[in-house]
Amino acid sequence: MKEPKQLNVSAIENGTVIDHIPASNLFKVIQILGLDSINNMITFGTNLESKKLGKKAIIKLAGIYFEDDDINRIALVAPEAKLNIIKDYEVIEKSVVVVPDEIRGIARCVNPKCITNFESVETKFRVMNKKSVSLKCHYCEKITDQDHLQIV
Amino acid sequence: MKNRSLVSIDDLTTEEITRILDLAEDFEKNPVQPLLKDKVVATLFFEPSTRTRLSFESAISRLSGKIIGFTDSSSSSVTKGETLNDTIRTVSNYSDLIVMRHPIEGSARYASEVAGIPVVNAGDGANQHPTQTLLDLYSIRKTQGKLDNLNIFLVGDLKYGRTVHSLLMAMSRWNTTFNFISPEELRMPKEYKMYLDNLGLKYYEHTDFTEIISKADIIYMTRVQKERFSDPIEYEKVKNVYVLRNSMLRGTRENMKVLHPLPRVNEIHMDVDQNDKAYYFEQALNGVYTREAILCLLLGIK
Repeated sequence: MKEPKQLNVSAIENGTVIDHIPASNLFKVIQILGLDSINNMITFGTNLESKKLGKKAIIKLAGIYFEDDDINRIALVAPEAKLNIIKDYEVIEKSVVVVPDEIRGIARCVNPKCITNFESVETKFRVMNKKSVSLKCHYCEKITDQDHLQIV
Repeated sequence: MKNRSLVSIDDLTTEEITRILDLAEDFEKNPVQPLLKDKVVATLFFEPSTRTRLSFESAISRLSGKIIGFTDSSSSSVTKGETLNDTIRTVSNYSDLIVMRHPIEGSARYASEVAGIPVVNAGDGANQHPTQTLLDLYSIRKTQGKLDNLNIFLVGDLKYGRTVHSLLMAMSRWNTTFNFISPEELRMPKEYKMYLDNLGLKYYEHTDFTEIISKADIIYMTRVQKERFSDPIEYEKVKNVYVLRNSMLRGTRENMKVLHPLPRVNEIHMDVDQNDKAYYFEQALNGVYTREAILCLLLGIK
């Protein structure tokens, strides 16, 4: 039988493709970028084969382009994500996400006795380790590591 | 340091620490000065801590400042469900500086961000208590004549002891050698040992007082609390191992002093009190001078 020659997620004319998202974190990425509350056309696929990640997810956003600061917010849950900027169905620019030095919002502090878990205070962390993400809380000074990372 | 808050000992540079200690020395010579005559200081104790509160209030009183505040949250609007944000913003309208004790970690940093006036952290849960650390540094410098190259023994609960962690972090600026004496269950956490490793500082771990205490410049005692043990039998086994007695001080260095953040329960036997090497009550007095210095610097008076 012949392989059907088609993309799992159809191409977009103009916009951004976010590839190499770990499949398990697709919805976290959607949440962090606020994609559930915009009107542009968005298509995504998940549990796609990936040599690197096992199962990956991909998001295609028509007519949307990100500033670096905005897209880097997903680095906590998709550190290996790659971005393709599309114009007229062509990739005109590629980039990778970078884990920022400071994270505001996004993650929850692991310490149940931290003020950010009692009052409506936006969380703020200093990134201590970028490979296996480890975050030091600006308020209680406790470390939240990758295994205990929860998205707000 | 004018208009700054003091939340964590790490907020201070080594020069700033020295400046606080130098000014505290001046206050020791001349503790009663009307420098805060026109100032109102709020002491907000969301949980009781009589010793810390009295020490601050003594410091404020000796400088002729006025005090407003509460001694535990049951007598404040917190019981009505007011947020910390609202309490702090309101009180900052009534006062020039806030001293705050709160059981929640990070509360002091948060308060310092919403207050608009300086906030002094008088303990935020298990996190920080920088004025305690500064009075410890003052006591060490005063009794040893210096902070560099000392051999500090930390004894007791090294796992949960906020005081010893802050003291370790602070003293690591002055090429200190550390000896840790604690039960297995309450050993110094790995993160602090890694911190010393990274700085190339030496430390040694022991499970009881050994001959080595003859090398100590400072013995810093803390209480081993029963509730910290998962197995009560373990506590029974070790509870008397970490009690300091006068007889154990024989052969220790002339300059050696015994410190303790107080309150003491039984970890320092009463017979140590007569020994000139017992310094914990003077240490508490030093807290008043140190706090006088901190208040004046943050208010821009000195």
